[in-house]
Amino acid sequence: MCLAIPVKVVELLEAEQALVDVGGVRKEVDVSLVDGVAAGDYVILHVGFAINRLDEAEAQRTLSMLREMGVEPGAAA
Amino acid sequence: MKYVDEFRDGKVARNLAQTIAAEVRPERRYHLMEFCGGHTHAISRYGLRDLLPPEIRFIHGPGCPVCVLPIGRIDSAIALARDHGVILCSYGDTLRVPASERMSLLRAKAEGADIRMVYSSADALKIARDNPEREVVFFAIGFETTTPPTAVALRQARNEGLKNFSVFANHVLTPSAIQNILESPEVRELGTIPLDGFIGPSHVSTIIGSRPYEFFAEEFQKPVVIAGFEPLDVLQSVLMLVRQLNEGRAEVENQFSRAVTREGNLKAQALVAEVFELRDRFEWRGLGEVPYSALRIRDAYREFDAEVRFDLPYRSVPDHKACECGTILRGLKQPQDCKVFGTVCTPDNPLGSCMVSAEGACAAYYTYGQFKGASVVAEAS
Ligand code: SF4
Repeated sequence: MCLAIPVKVVELLEAEQALVDVGGVRKEVDVSLVDGVAAGDYVILHVGFAINRLDEAEAQRTLSMLREMGVEPGAAA
Repeated sequence: MKYVDEFRDGKVARNLAQTIAAEVRPERRYHLMEFCGGHTHAISRYGLRDLLPPEIRFIHGPGCPVCVLPIGRIDSAIALARDHGVILCSYGDTLRVPASERMSLLRAKAEGADIRMVYSSADALKIARDNPEREVVFFAIGFETTTPPTAVALRQARNEGLKNFSVFANHVLTPSAIQNILESPEVRELGTIPLDGFIGPSHVSTIIGSRPYEFFAEEFQKPVVIAGFEPLDVLQSVLMLVRQLNEGRAEVENQFSRAVTREGNLKAQALVAEVFELRDRFEWRGLGEVPYSALRIRDAYREFDAEVRFDLPYRSVPDHKACECGTILRGLKQPQDCKVFGTVCTPDNPLGSCMVSAEGACAAYYTYGQFKGASVVAEAS
């Protein structure tokens, strides 16, 4: 039940609620725990609440590191 | 960027695994505890054990909220529904956790108790609004990820002046559990649990940040890498730990930088601090009583505390004799060491809590098979 998933914010609603896209399905969730959520953001959804925002630049950085780390096995000892 | 598929690429996974294999020192072992049940699940689901060299050993930790809930707490929840006649709202996973005398919330429900499965604390609030003539209790469990949503519900209930809503709080703290394991005689003196480093929880850390782990790295000289839940995240974190151990470093590193900062989610932390305070002690399944390891509702919110409202006594109850959950949660044993694993105890008919939710070590082993080579490639396609 700790499992949480990244979802995209589609539209902000009243009272700190938002519509998000969960694998093609629209769902209303609470975004009051994260400051300044905007449509288009990706957030981590857990038990009906956004618990944090995902940072695209950081995600890209991790991905390029991942590719580098795997490029020359054993080279970086 | 979908933040999922990108981190499941089978080719990158195999390359990473090769890099790890090339960098491990054959003369040593790397005992890595994944604290969080989400990682236990990912390791089994993507067959990461099969991908990695034998020098890497995973030790499963106690970070599964359903698994660590002791029988006594489930008994109290059942008593609320059965003896106090409340509507008890509970997350789905807790329903099948075995309680005393072959009971569970699910069985109590079948026998007529008003127990309702909710997806969120907001659903429990709604049930309270819709049933003003009934007492509604939210059975709140979970680590730091699940606590802020409970706090939101409590604040909301107070703002609305809801008179028939309360919370049975069972929220527990990750750092206290890690410290308990590091200070246990098995790790410290006996060396029965060799423990070289930690794969740190990702979602918990989005809330608490990476700072709380700095103490462990320094005080106990164990490296910690906060890791995402996708297969590439786990593999990269293993590589980062191998490098730290090879170089004799013990630092906190953050692999899940796309959502975790050093400070964490300050807004959520402030709300939790407004609503909750530390309990002196709390019983965990497997770890026993751990000081300052759980939260209770502050006096300012006392009228919404089910333990106050219903005068709930607590009775500690030992686990089923055959069940090894306790030793598994302390990293001493593996699921297949349990005599009834997969025979008497299965996910459909769990004897112990580790067989109940997807993050439980026994359920993960049972579902994905320990040696089945379910590969990352298949999952990625
Ligand atoms: S298999 Fe069942 S009885 Fe055995 S340790 Fe796991 S949960 Fe307990």
